Amino acid sequence: MIVRDAIGIGVATGTYGVSFGAIAVAAGLSVPQACALSLLMFTGASQFAFVGLIGSGAPAAIATALLLGARNALYGLRLAPFLRPRPLAAHFVIDESAAMAVRDNAEDTRLGFWATGLAVFVCWNLATLLGALGGAALSDPRVFGLDAAAPAGFLALLAPRLREREPQAIAALAAVAALIALPLVPAGVPVLIAAGVAVAAALARGGKRGEGEARAPRAGGDAAGADRRGGEAPRAGGDAAGAGAAA
Amino acid sequence: MSWTPILIAAAGCYALKLAGLSVPERLLEGVRVRRVATLLPVALLAALIATQTFDGGVDARAAGLAAAALAVLARAPFLAVVAIAAATTALLRLLT
Repeated sequence: MIVRDAIGIGVATGTYGVSFGAIAVAAGLSVPQACALSLLMFTGASQFAFVGLIGSGAPAAIATALLLGARNALYGLRLAPFLRPRPLAAHFVIDESAAMAVRDNAEDTRLGFWATGLAVFVCWNLATLLGALGGAALSDPRVFGLDAAAPAGFLALLAPRLREREPQAIAALAAVAALIALPLVPAGVPVLIAAGVAVAAALARGGKRGEGEARAPRAGGDAAGADRRGGEAPRAGGDAAGAGAAA
Repeated sequence: MSWTPILIAAAGCYALKLAGLSVPERLLEGVRVRRVATLLPVALLAALIATQTFDGGVDARAAGLAAAALAVLARAPFLAVVAIAAATTALLRLLT
């Protein structure tokens, strides 16, 4: 199940990997340079930002790539106890592998991480090469709606983690905070601000209530959990949509 | 184009990934810290969904995300969710 999902995620990221390869070449990179970014940087948002900004100067491109890459450090805080060897595992810490590693036990956490990290790595790099060779015809991700593919994929990954009320509240708060910050700060920063706000809220709430409380909803059983998921999963999206319309 | 910025940015992004994994474990052992570390991916992904969908204003991507949410509710497999979102977005752009 986990491995099948991981391969699916790899295939999906491959579709926008093709766009990345094409955009990189359109931005003036050589085919080997486009492939080097996917092999060595291997974090999609940073790569898209880098090739988008490199025309207006290396410092801005590097700084934005790093700001967008900073969230990978935060994923590491959660993943650190599970992953060895660290220098190798670090390369595969990306949004998709981190999302698939949010599991209840250590074994599934590792499997979710490695299966997804490797599947995305293989597909992303093959797709980059294809896109880089394919040229300008493939460079607009909007044509096939591929700019909606990444957030939809993240929603599919996040939804199963939203069965309990606390992650639902955290997700909604983070989405709203990111949208408020979006027009005000450089790329990559809104997501970091959102994480900060969400963590502060979780800590404030954790201080007020007992430790056992967070675990309580899980006792509801599978049926209740499934219902809750069914009923509430879209709430994050709904809130985001509302805030987006307001922003 | 020069290779230097490519290699600097790639090295920096790798260093960030490694830095997160290299935080000493004793700093991560507290109950509160562990709770925060567990909630961080949820917060980051939710923020990513919001910013990637609404960056540059509300457009066909929002409809794509709404379709994805419905597909998730219907328990569609991962690839189907992504395909439905992309198809909805592309179709809406074609029609408008």
